[in-house]
Amino acid sequence: MSRTLNVEEIREQFPILSRTVRDGRPLVYLDSGATSQRPLPVWRAEEQFVLHTFAPVHRGAYQLAEEATDAYEDAREKIAAFVGAQGHEIAFVKNATEGLNLIAYTLGDDRAGAYQVTEGDTVVITELEHHANLVPWQELCRRTGATLKWYKVTEDGRIDLDSLELDETVKVVAFTHQSNVTGVVADVPEMVRRAKEVGALTVLDACQSVPHMPVDFHELDVDFAAFSGHKMCGPTGVGVVYGKAPLLDELPPFLTGGSMIEVVTMEGTTFAAAPQRFEAGTQMTSQVVGLGAAVDFLTEIGMDTIHAHEQDLTAYALERLQTVPGLRIVGPTTAEMRGAAVAFDVEGIHPHDLGQVLDSQGVCIRVGHHCAWPAHRALSAQSTARASFYLYNTREEIDALVDAILNARDFFGVS
Amino acid sequence: MNLESMYQEVILDHYKNPQHAGLRDPFEAEVHHVNPSCGDELTLRVQLSADGSVVEDVSYAAQGCSISQASTSVMAEEIIGQDVDTAMAKLAEFEQMITSRGTREGDDEIIGDGIAFAGVSKYPARVKCALLGWKAFQAATADALTEREKK
Repeated sequence: MSRTLNVEEIREQFPILSRTVRDGRPLVYLDSGATSQRPLPVWRAEEQFVLHTFAPVHRGAYQLAEEATDAYEDAREKIAAFVGAQGHEIAFVKNATEGLNLIAYTLGDDRAGAYQVTEGDTVVITELEHHANLVPWQELCRRTGATLKWYKVTEDGRIDLDSLELDETVKVVAFTHQSNVTGVVADVPEMVRRAKEVGALTVLDACQSVPHMPVDFHELDVDFAAFSGHKMCGPTGVGVVYGKAPLLDELPPFLTGGSMIEVVTMEGTTFAAAPQRFEAGTQMTSQVVGLGAAVDFLTEIGMDTIHAHEQDLTAYALERLQTVPGLRIVGPTTAEMRGAAVAFDVEGIHPHDLGQVLDSQGVCIRVGHHCAWPAHRALSAQSTARASFYLYNTREEIDALVDAILNARDFFGVS
Repeated sequence: MNLESMYQEVILDHYKNPQHAGLRDPFEAEVHHVNPSCGDELTLRVQLSADGSVVEDVSYAAQGCSISQASTSVMAEEIIGQDVDTAMAKLAEFEQMITSRGTREGDDEIIGDGIAFAGVSKYPARVKCALLGWKAFQAATADALTEREKK
């Protein structure tokens, strides 16, 4: 049973939401799909760590180093538990992009054993992917001679599972949990079932799902996943890569150097056990601690509660936006199996111009192709405007969005 | 923020009625430029005179926002029929103004209607839009001249 979310109380935790922009306009921040705002408790946790507990992690034989290491590893346990994983199944990276690259590189490594992607193998993605879950797989195929194939998208921006049959050559199926453009939520159990049927590994881009709904990687049964801290009220510069324990234990390293080794001689090196094997060099310690605090912050409110709030906002936004003449939603027009990113275009106004007019009224949205150019091509959109919502957004802000779009139509003389 | 300072009448007029639009023959160089931050795309052709000193034609097909469309239109109007040297001087003046963060008004004796974009220079996110057509012209002309040298 999800509680109702107290938006006013939550907004007080985000000082930025009470500032003004462009000559005194209240800030209406509708770009959390790109990066979310950071609440005070997260900032305080970072500050506390930096000003009072700062020392190298996993090195140093003194009290301060012990405390810093504990803070870092406690955060790991919390963050792992938040996504239904165990601490040793996640490694810290700078963002989800690095996490997805880590997976793509290690799977192409000749030490990946049975998991190694080679010539003759197939890697499957979808047309809906963010470039971060697309380009690394193109590059893996280029390096190895494997073939890249993809599921197409349906007219309303969902993954079309009828558009591709998997066969025994498929080694990897990588797909987004929730699209950053159309907002659609993938049918993860069915996609995992199909991948398993042909013995393929699954990789989940969880950037747009982990911040917005309860996610349990064990329950979803995906082999790998990645997400970013800055989209879930956490700091920039920290992301998470998840791999099922037996996989992470077996795969070779991605980045090499300090801290990730077991024995180093001039002739060669053996590597530390996962997850340290994937954390080369001094890590982003205060960011990890901050992400731990973000997980506490979100958990305290409740991911079910946050998801219900966003579902309400999404349904309201879809309904209101469709009252604007000439506005087309790029993606599903109802809130079923879709999240709080809503892409659209308005006839007669280029998205970049629309964004400019909205900005003049304090409304922040994303314009362009949102790092998903093929998805736009597939949906016959040269570019789109995107509003994305989070726990701190309100129905009034959606009203402000709609009013600003109507003003833009007036300004450009569209009727 | 004063939207009118960015969206001058001149800009909106060029946006609605782009001058010299469409791809034409003959041409000796063609380039395709994109603005990856917003997805604007432009194909632009250049034809120089027999001795390579005059810009005989600039033609283009563009998809994009009002600023990039209007700026490309103004560029074509300003540059077609000019000496290559004059055209490059116009480009230099336009670029200096547009990257000045609002500190340079631009000389209308050099860039004509191009001065309408002075307001755009205050918005760093739009500078690339305004430069798209001009930079494509520069690249296509460079290609044309390089090809001639090879012959």
